[in-house]
Amino acid sequence: MDLAFFYFLVLGFAIFMYVLLDGFDLGIGILYPWFHQDGERDHLMRSISHVWDGNETWLVFGGVILFAAFPAAYGDILSIFYLPIMLMLFALIFRGVAFEYRFKSDTSRPYWDLAFSSGSAIAAFCQGLLLGSLVQGVPALTSNLGTNSLSSLHWLTPFSILTGFSVMAGYALLAACYLFMKSRGRIQQHAAYLGKRLLIITVLAMVAVSLWTVINETEIRERWFSGYNFLLLSPLPILSLVAAAFVWKDLHSHTDYEDHSNESRPFWAAASLFLLGFAGLVVGLFPYLIPRQLTFMEAASPDSSLLFLLPGVCIFVPLICAYTFWGYRVFAGKVEDYQEGY
Amino acid sequence: MDLDVAILSRIQFAFTVSFHIIFPSITIGLATLIAIWEGMWLKTHNPYYLQLAKFWIKPFAITFGMGVVSGIVLSYEFGTNFSKFSEMTGAILGPLMAYEVLTAFFMEAGFLGVMLFGWQRVGRKLHFFATLVVMTGTWISAFWIIVANSWMQTPAGYKIIDGKFEVESWMAVIFNPSMPYRFTHMLMASFITATFVVAGICAYYLLKKQHIPFAKKGLSMCMWFALVLTPMQAWIGDMHGLNVQHHQPTKLAAMEGIWPAEEENVPLLLFAMPNMETESNDYEVGIPNLGSLILTHSWDGAVQGLKAVPPEDRPNVPLVFWSFRVMVGIGFGMIGIAFLALLLRRKGRLFENKPFLALVTLFTPMGVIAVLAGWYVVEIGRQPWIVYNLVRTSEIVSPLPPERVLFTLIVFVIIYTLLLGVYIYFMRKLIKKGPPSMKALEQQLIGMKAPGYALAWVKLLQNKKVQNKEGEK
Repeated sequence: MDLAFFYFLVLGFAIFMYVLLDGFDLGIGILYPWFHQDGERDHLMRSISHVWDGNETWLVFGGVILFAAFPAAYGDILSIFYLPIMLMLFALIFRGVAFEYRFKSDTSRPYWDLAFSSGSAIAAFCQGLLLGSLVQGVPALTSNLGTNSLSSLHWLTPFSILTGFSVMAGYALLAACYLFMKSRGRIQQHAAYLGKRLLIITVLAMVAVSLWTVINETEIRERWFSGYNFLLLSPLPILSLVAAAFVWKDLHSHTDYEDHSNESRPFWAAASLFLLGFAGLVVGLFPYLIPRQLTFMEAASPDSSLLFLLPGVCIFVPLICAYTFWGYRVFAGKVEDYQEGY
Repeated sequence: MDLDVAILSRIQFAFTVSFHIIFPSITIGLATLIAIWEGMWLKTHNPYYLQLAKFWIKPFAITFGMGVVSGIVLSYEFGTNFSKFSEMTGAILGPLMAYEVLTAFFMEAGFLGVMLFGWQRVGRKLHFFATLVVMTGTWISAFWIIVANSWMQTPAGYKIIDGKFEVESWMAVIFNPSMPYRFTHMLMASFITATFVVAGICAYYLLKKQHIPFAKKGLSMCMWFALVLTPMQAWIGDMHGLNVQHHQPTKLAAMEGIWPAEEENVPLLLFAMPNMETESNDYEVGIPNLGSLILTHSWDGAVQGLKAVPPEDRPNVPLVFWSFRVMVGIGFGMIGIAFLALLLRRKGRLFENKPFLALVTLFTPMGVIAVLAGWYVVEIGRQPWIVYNLVRTSEIVSPLPPERVLFTLIVFVIIYTLLLGVYIYFMRKLIKKGPPSMKALEQQLIGMKAPGYALAWVKLLQNKKVQNKEGEK
């Protein structure tokens, strides 16, 4: 297999893992304002305090894979989106330190609550904004005429704002499903209630974003609708609807307090929904890293570098997945059952 | 006002990376100390070791958290502010940093959860294993990032094709000439920093007559460590200096304030104000020939000075000169403390001598200051080059609108100042609270895989609802 393509897949995997793992974890912060009774916020925080750090590492991994395998794209994308990326980093700083300080605070707790929830929400919004503006394409990189791609505010469009809010809704949906899996009683019921509403919003947002791109981006439209393509690609939207139906069903019919076997299903269904949406996105953009300007082949590092990193990726990525899985297993079950600290 | 984006980006990077290094330089050493205590506890069952480990794991956790959030910023700043640099060197530095993430970051993060929160979820040995993995992770991450930095100092194993670096030999890239010295020097610096942080807090407790057995154990151990580590560090530092002299003579000349293109009988300057305009030192006070002796290991050995290169190829001499003196000064102060401790120990007054305890307390943050000063020598001393003698820093900055960089720089300064204040506030709070009592430790049933009856979350237990739930079970 072509090395550059292999790293394109690795990059895709890293981004998906990040979106899935930090997705539910940022989503907890987005859902925060809807949980305000005694102890509820402690519960929310504790459900992710042992995993947020690992989840965020996927963001660093995505960044360095881009740097190592596609340095040209790394430099361009990051400097083009300077302000939204910096805003996302600021937001991540606030929510990250809140984990440590909140539990040790007395009087300052409301501030850490605010830092956690607004930081999570802003970070999620920025990621959606980046996604939307990347799909729309950026001004020519080498243009010397008037608007330089580094100085314009091209990333702030109605479409990118829509994708910003869509990603927030999607992350919140993942979080609601995660809480549903990790909680009992009132919190669980409330998570199911919020999850159903978020599911509707997320599905509507996915439809809106898809229609918008298909209407406005000719290349993506052709990718989807020329020849038999749509027939071949039709499983993506169909399976997405099936996944959404599963989420709804499990969240909606949850009344039986004795049977806990189905409580993780909504999370996995929502994760599948994300995977399908992500696949749909890649289908539209392939083989570009920066749409219409830079393909992954053009941006790739020389073979000497890609080969050097190959054993590392092949050995360590499976290993990382294995011990990450183990880490989640150690803290399996409901949050109430591992409420001890350190 | 004319703003220069290159200067702003560099100030921003210098500021964010300086802020970041504070935390890893503590956590690398502290993780090692915690692993030692936990191992000693498993072996000897002396509860004071457990108390030490359980107490220091909290400052460790908040320090680690600060390191994580400030580190993510750096991994993106190469691209945001130095896009041309990342395009030029991505093929070399990218894989090195990717290995850092693959072999260290994930491992630290993956096992940190178990180390911090898993005392009652896994067996004792498995918990110790998690602590060891976190410790090893911090070492490995230090290794890779030092490899990347050292390659920028003493580039090797590369070829340049179309203005971009490509690798000819990875072994030469990784084991570049300055890497082994810089890595050992930095690792030792972290151990020493953590040792003095712990010693300082223990001395503070002894001064305040609080938690006395706990503090005695900690101070005694740390002073033994310091006695071994600090002289070793001076020796490694000396070798590192000789390595700099060989590969980066201009940097060394700036460190020592040597101006003539070639100078014999180099004095060791104790005080001077290097003047870049007149190309000489003002108010020079030095010990004749000692510089030659240290640098060349001969009485009148010749050393290349700053004037051997044109002014545009020289770093900011006063900054390098003084940073170096700060680092060395603190280092010798630490050696002095370690030997003073030995003396007092033999007299049986290690835990009673108040001026000594006050001095050790004063030295709590000195390791961090020395690490910062040392890195200023390394990084400012490399200027005006980003890759030594090959690429100039001024050539590789992203052509961003300067006001945007100014804006983010101001935000960074505000946020980081706030965070540092918060960090110190919570450290003080943890220190005031002191170590967990022996009784509390016994009740925690560590390593028993006991679900649900931990007592560590004191606040949680104050919450009546949760208490009721516990009662129902």
